[in-house]
Amino acid sequence: MIGLPHYLLLGSIVFCIGAFGVLTRRNAVAVLMSVELMLNAVNINFIAANKYIAPDTAVGQLFSVFIIVVAAAEIAVGLALVISIYRQRRSVDLHDFNLLKW
Amino acid sequence: MFNLAAFSLYDAVFILIAGITVTAALGVVLFKNIIYSALSLILAFLGAAAVYFQLNAGFLGVIQILVYAGAISVLIIFAIMLVMNRPAGESNLSSPRTREVFTSATIAAMLLTALVAVIGFTQWPLGGRPGPDNSTGLLAELMLGDYVIAFEAAAILLLVAVVGAIILAKGGENQ
Repeated sequence: MIGLPHYLLLGSIVFCIGAFGVLTRRNAVAVLMSVELMLNAVNINFIAANKYIAPDTAVGQLFSVFIIVVAAAEIAVGLALVISIYRQRRSVDLHDFNLLKW
Repeated sequence: MFNLAAFSLYDAVFILIAGITVTAALGVVLFKNIIYSALSLILAFLGAAAVYFQLNAGFLGVIQILVYAGAISVLIIFAIMLVMNRPAGESNLSSPRTREVFTSATIAAMLLTALVAVIGFTQWPLGGRPGPDNSTGLLAELMLGDYVIAFEAAAILLLVAVVGAIILAKGGENQ
């Protein structure tokens, strides 16, 4: 009974929850956490499509591996940036990050 | 449409895992305490790993547990502890402007509606030749065969990102 659309639906729901978090959270670390949720949702979609559409190859899983690599790089650099900005501004509130605004 | 006779253990497990994952994801964006959000994020990662295991992607499931639930969540919790400058109970507040929150919720709901419509209307080319039970071998052949350039590029990306993260977090010499 459970098939590809259900997995894609799960991925879409988690993706939209992550998008909502990115748009509303004020804490920069929470925004990064929401981005991780969105990347995970994409991984679920890739692996589900791989299993149900082309189970004799593993290309979908391979792209998930690349997404995990990019996500790990992104979270490392992102958190380093947050710590660096915190040292300058004593805050992680995105409303205080206005150096590039004019 | 709902046929109880066709309802198997596989389906029940999927519904349980999906419920846990979605609830944990909601917790990440709704908790006011960012520590709770981070713990909820770990649960969401583990839920996703369970989905991978259910989809015959055992290697990806193990990678997900090691990299996400292990390394990245520890990194996130360390960062939270380093930059905590207000009481934990109000460390993960939503935007103060109600209009902003409403607009964001509308955007997310519209995106979800569009995605659900696309999923519903698309004719998925299901089937294909059945693969082996364990797809790790296929993955390894692709990784060190057709996609070896992308694999090496990913390795260099990780190296550069780690060096960059160290330099950024260490700070300049004038501090």
